[in-house]
Formats: sequence, C-alpha cells, structure tokens
Amino acid sequence: MSTQTLTTVLFLAVVALTVGITIRASRQTSGAADYYAGGRSFSGFQNGLAISGDYMSAASFLGISGAIALYGYDGFLYSIGFLVAWLVALLLVAELLRNSGRYTMADQLAYRMKQRPVRTAAATSTVVVSIFYLLAQMVGAGSLVALLLGVDSGTLKNLVIVGVGLLMIFYVTVGGMKGTTWVQIVKAVLLMTGTVLISVLVLAKFGFNLSDLLGAAQANSGKEGFLEPGLKYGATTTSQIDFISLGIALVLGTAGLPHILIRFYTVPTSRDARKSVQWAIGLIGAFYLMTLVLGFGAAALLSTAPDSKVVASGGNLASPLLAEAVGGGEGSTGGAILLALIAAVAFATILAVVAGLTLTSASSVAHDLYANVFKKGTASEKSEVRVAKIAAFVIGGVAIALAIPAQKLNIAFLVALAFAVAASANLPSIIYNLFWRRFNTRGATWSIYGGLISCVTLVFFSPVVSGKGENPTTGASLSLFPADVDFHWFPLENPGIISIPLGFFFGWLGTVTARDLEAEKAYDELEVRALTGAGAEGAISH
Amino acid sequence: MADTTHRRSGHQVYNDLHDTPEFHELRKRYRAFAFPFTAAFLAWYLLYVLMSNWATDFMATKVMGNINVALVFGLLQFVTTFGIAFLYSRHAAKSLDPLAKELEERYNREVGK
Repeated sequence: MSTQTLTTVLFLAVVALTVGITIRASRQTSGAADYYAGGRSFSGFQNGLAISGDYMSAASFLGISGAIALYGYDGFLYSIGFLVAWLVALLLVAELLRNSGRYTMADQLAYRMKQRPVRTAAATSTVVVSIFYLLAQMVGAGSLVALLLGVDSGTLKNLVIVGVGLLMIFYVTVGGMKGTTWVQIVKAVLLMTGTVLISVLVLAKFGFNLSDLLGAAQANSGKEGFLEPGLKYGATTTSQIDFISLGIALVLGTAGLPHILIRFYTVPTSRDARKSVQWAIGLIGAFYLMTLVLGFGAAALLSTAPDSKVVASGGNLASPLLAEAVGGGEGSTGGAILLALIAAVAFATILAVVAGLTLTSASSVAHDLYANVFKKGTASEKSEVRVAKIAAFVIGGVAIALAIPAQKLNIAFLVALAFAVAASANLPSIIYNLFWRRFNTRGATWSIYGGLISCVTLVFFSPVVSGKGENPTTGASLSLFPADVDFHWFPLENPGIISIPLGFFFGWLGTVTARDLEAEKAYDELEVRALTGAGAEGAISH
Repeated sequence: MADTTHRRSGHQVYNDLHDTPEFHELRKRYRAFAFPFTAAFLAWYLLYVLMSNWATDFMATKVMGNINVALVFGLLQFVTTFGIAFLYSRHAAKSLDPLAKELEERYNREVGK
C-alpha cells in the first residue's frame, strides 16, 4: 500500500472516530450548560488534555519543529513564550474565571457591569480573535493536507477546506461542548503518542545523547550559529524589537484567548480548573520539549538545502519527513507507516482546533449578542441553543467562504495577530475586572475596543499587510497585499509592544473618567465568589 | 427555567462574607503568592528574551559538548514554569482551599444550596 493510500485511510479513520464520539456526546447534551460548558462535568485531567488539544495547533506541531529545522535555536523561542504564558492563566485567571463566569468570556464582565455594552464589546473581540485564528487554521489545513497527501492541486485544497469546515460545523452543532471536548481529548492523545514515538526514534539514532544530536544538526544545517539565538530575529534592531513584541504578545495572549477561557467552565469546581491548567502545563511543556528533538532531528537527518522539500514547505513538512526518515526512509514500509501516522495526527490537530474556535464564537454570538443584547435576557434556553447552532453554521460558512480566496494571500501573520488582540483587548479587561474595584463599564468597553482597534490598525499599516516586497525565488508577495502596493508606516510586524500597553491605558482612562457605584459595590460579591466559589455554577448531573 | 442573564445576585451574604477575617486572610494569602510570582516569572522570561537579542555572545557559550547557555537558559524556563505550577498547587491546597471551602460552606448554609 502506498503512503498516499495509507494516509487517506488514516485520515478517514480520524474522521470516523471523531464523528462517532460526537454523535455519542450529543445523546448526553440537553440544556444550555451542556451545550456551552459540557455540563461542567469533565475532570481536571480530561480538561487538561482538552486544553492541550485546543491549544497545540498544527502551527505549533508542524510550524515550530519546522522553524527549528530551518532557523535552529530561534524556532525554539516561540515554544517558550507559548508555555510560560500558562502561568498567567494558572495564577491569575483560570480559577477566578471559573468561579465568576458562566459560558462566555463576557459573562465574567457582565457580572458586575452594564450587560449590553460589555457583552457587545466582548463578543466583538471574541469573534474577531476566533475568526482570525480560524482562518489561519483553515487555509493551513488546505495546503497541509495537500502536502501530506503529496498532491498539489487547487481543487483538492478547496475540497479539504470545505470538508474541514463541514466537519467542524458538525462537531459543534451536533456535539456542542461535549463533542468538541472529546474531539480535543482524542487529538491530544494522538498528538502526544505520535510525538513521543518519533522523538524516541530520533534520540535512539543518536544514542540518546542530546549533544550529539545538536552537533549533527549544526553540521548538517551548514549554518553558522545554528544552535544560538539570532538566525531569524537578530538581523536588525527592528527585527529584535519585533521579537520582544511577539514574545510579550505570546506570554500575555494565551490567558486572553476566548477559546481557552471557556474551557475553564467545563469542570465542576475551581480546583478542577487549577488541575486542568496544571495538566495542560505538563502536557504542553513535554510536547514543546519534544518539538525541540523533532526540529533539531529534522535538521540533523534531512536536507535543508534551498531546493529541499523541507524548505519548499516552509518547514511544515519537517516532522512528517522526519517520521519517514526514522521509520526506515523513503520507500520503506516503516517509513510509509510513520509518515501516514504523523500526517493523520496533524489532520486530527487541525480538526480539534477549528472545532474549538467555531464553538467559542457561536457561543458568544448566541449567549452574548442574541440572548442578552437583542433579547435582553428574555430568550429561552432552548432558543438560545438553537441560535448557537445556527451561528455555528453561519460562522463555519463564512470561514469556508473566506478561507478559499485567502489561500492565495499570505496570511501567516493571523495567528500572531490573534494572540496580540487577545493580550491587548481581552486580558486587560479580565485582569482589571478581577483585581480593581473601581473598574467599570466604560473602562471595560474602552479597554476592549481600544486594544482591539489599536492592534488591528497597527497591523494594517505594518509590513505584514503591505510593503514587504516579494519572495526572490517564487515572486509571491511577502505581505497580504500585492508586492507593488506599499502603504505601511508602522515598522513592526507584531503590534503587542504598543497595543498591549494601550489596551491597559484605555481601560484605566475609561475607568477614571466615569463612576459606576453599582459596579464598585458588586465587586465585593465578585471577589468573594471568585475566590471561594460561593454561588458559582455547579456541574450538571444526568 | 434558568435565568439566561448572568449577573450579580445582590445577596447580602456576599457582603457579610467579604467582611470576615477569614476572607481577608484568604485574599491576602492568594495575592501574596500570585502577585510576586507573576512579577518574577514575567521578569525572568523578559530577561531571557532580552538576552536572546542582545547577549548573543554569552548565550553562545558552550556549557557541555554542543549544549550552550542559550539552550540551558531556555530549558530553565521550562523548569521554572513547572516549578511555579507545582509550588502554586501546593500553596493553594494547603493555604487557600481550606479557607475557601469554609467560606463556601457558610454561603451554602446561609443561602441554602
């Protein structure tokens, strides 16, 4: 059986497995708490796996190992920011949010503020962050699956995007949070198993000696300073500041990503939320340590010459080709099996992440915008869940419709932008609300809109949108717009270093220019509830 | 039917609990851990980012075989992350959870679960 057939069979197996568990989960889903929060009945360990499954996108699985294979040490810098970020979630956000929120990010703000303005603001930012992230994943899915199947056809890519889109709509509308969570758990187990397997095989090739592996990577890459920082970001002062800006956004963005935040609602108590983050830290940390082995392993064992497959795929094929190499090389049965296995893991990874994002934005549209802004809290639970399902259809449809034309554009910056918006618009309002009595409705809306608008504006006038020139070999534009359009004036690709302080500043300014005595009085209640769990939403038992 | 709007209850019991010495102690213990450790790990991470940018010679120093300071520093970020997560869980289980549970029980007695 050829690798292509084997890969296709494994892809279909992943689809069958996830569709099966979604249908099973749908039988245990009846009310809104089930649909939005999985009945709050997942254990800390299960949710830790699901968080890892939600967080570790194909970009971190294939992208980071690929970046290490190509740029050496600088690829590793990403993973550290992605991991350290979890301490913000653990120490400041997860437990308090679990106790004081309900279904969406906005719930926690609306608890003591004016419902309609804060929910509109939080829902806007939730949908914007999720759509950016979703679009990047869907476009990535098209080219990735084509790459993994070894077919370079535009039709196939479009079909994959439509297929992935329909699958995520299915998971979310049929399975709700329970189905989505199980898809993420399955993905996390597959991803961890696959990475452990390949890492052990790589390390075995070097007698489990890390230094030898690094030496071989350095020698085979033929690049000076491959094991040191600076190959990717050290070129100019601008790129160095850009790197700081990215680092800050990664570390502060995670605890403001709506699709991560709503995962804390799926467990019975704040103590389980704490446990889930601890499991997530352990799993994600172990995973990033293994990507180090995968990345340097790929650099040591594969060709990274300018005309190699690894370079042509922008690093994305480093892990799958490494799997093939340690399995016995091209043409061998072992190589074919491992390559297909890793391809299937990457596919499962994409599915789990897009499902989480679709659910998050659909929940926010239904619960925040429909039930509380339009219906002012009078909508029935049933109609709210129905609207959430319709919203999942619409969001999924919009994502498919946008992703197909977006394939021709360079949209790799969207994931970093999602983190920057999360850190600039969402985190300030969450932190202020939990720790600042004086914080009020105007502060919340100003910090969300202020952070969001400054982030998007800066990126719009940055080199990622226009003015980066073209790729010397392919002639494709390196920016979103064609290479001959240039209206950029902001020098950095990552806006975080400016937009995050702006988000905090607007939140402060809005707060001190208004007085909301009711919100201040309600802070006592919020604080007691957040720290003790008194009156917090409980688990649903069936 | 459940109320679809999530908002404050306005229940007096929250204000009462807020004024108890136990709650003040709980908040103090929580903040005494969370705030300094947050400042510490953010500073430690920022130091790593800054040194990766501007202390490249030092970061390139070989420690053992091909393992250099940059790699050790990066791995230390993992170690401190795991370490702080572990310390926090111990602190929370020992110093926070008993107080939180007691206050929550008082709430349940008052409001009736």
